[in-house]
Amino acid sequence: MSKQIGKRLRRREVVKELLQNRGDSLVVSGLGAPTWDTTNAGDHELNFPLWGAMGGAAMVGLGLALAQPKKNVLVITGDGEMLMGLGALATIAVQAPRNLSIVVLDNERYGETGQQETHTGHGVDLAGMAKAAGIAHTLMVRTPAELSRLKKRMYAGEGAVFAQVKIDSEKLPLVLPPRDGSLLKNRFRAALLGPDAAHQ
Amino acid sequence: MKKSAESAWPDEVHALLKSAGVRQVAIVPDAGHARLIKLCEKDKSMRVVRLTTEEEGVALLAGAWLGGEKGVLLMQSSGVGNCVNMLTLSIACQFPLLMLVTMRGDHGEFNPAQIPMGNATQAVFEAMGVIVKRADSADEVTEMVSSTMRLAFNTYRPVALLIGQRVSGAKDFRKLTRSVPQ
Repeated sequence: MSKQIGKRLRRREVVKELLQNRGDSLVVSGLGAPTWDTTNAGDHELNFPLWGAMGGAAMVGLGLALAQPKKNVLVITGDGEMLMGLGALATIAVQAPRNLSIVVLDNERYGETGQQETHTGHGVDLAGMAKAAGIAHTLMVRTPAELSRLKKRMYAGEGAVFAQVKIDSEKLPLVLPPRDGSLLKNRFRAALLGPDAAHQ
Repeated sequence: MKKSAESAWPDEVHALLKSAGVRQVAIVPDAGHARLIKLCEKDKSMRVVRLTTEEEGVALLAGAWLGGEKGVLLMQSSGVGNCVNMLTLSIACQFPLLMLVTMRGDHGEFNPAQIPMGNATQAVFEAMGVIVKRADSADEVTEMVSSTMRLAFNTYRPVALLIGQRVSGAKDFRKLTRSVPQ
């Protein structure tokens, strides 16, 4: 169970908790800290950590969820990254994939570039926007009990799920996955699709 | 009724995409793609994904390929500028990406606002490392889609086919307009 600093959940504990017993879930992480948090929970061949493509994490998750409807697909990204691709909320709501969850780790900061404030620190409610777009299950998560509810919801296969998790804006040491995009892609496909993936 | 070359290519391209196993069809609509989109929407083996902006399609189809599915991105040349940074994903990770782009700001354009992006489309793609092919007459579209598709999926890279405005014809604004009330 995640501890809180003051009132805020801690990002590394949140991600560890959500990915514990992930089974054969497929994970896409947004660039910057969410990729470090996801790798901190364990480098995994069924992770596709993004190093760039800001604003694209949720859409990578959608393409994957549509291609693999029997697998749980989990996108872990940040508030700045999600803000750059808000249209994806509308696109995902229309497709309504039951196996896709998007978790936004919201520290209200652009942490990689000097902790500048994002819109979410000024009242922009991403979960509210996702709900208004029509995403089936939307949650605002601030406490360990709410985090447990999110975890149950994420693995229930009754999505789509969108969660905005308010976290502390602590700066932490980076935990880096491999950087070679081709390697990340190929190891993911081999683990998911088997050796024939290299001959598609 | 026998279809003229002008109207036959969307049907041929749909059949081609289907036989190649293309499943995810990402679209930002354009008049030039209207018939192809309709055919894909009717096809139960395809999933048409309406985008709010073209760059969503670049990311979507990266995810599709991760999951073992092929896709195609249909857009108009105006949308190419929206894709620029997202193309990093295809290039850095060597994702196959097939883009069929109907041109505006090209042959016989009426709208000045279409010119800057239309004129820059090929240069912008090439600046990002995308391979660009062109089809400027209706009877060559199908063959060019076929070769473009093979380049994308056989060599794992983003490839775009620009379908010239000569193929679908420039939009005739004057036909659609009434005079401004005085």
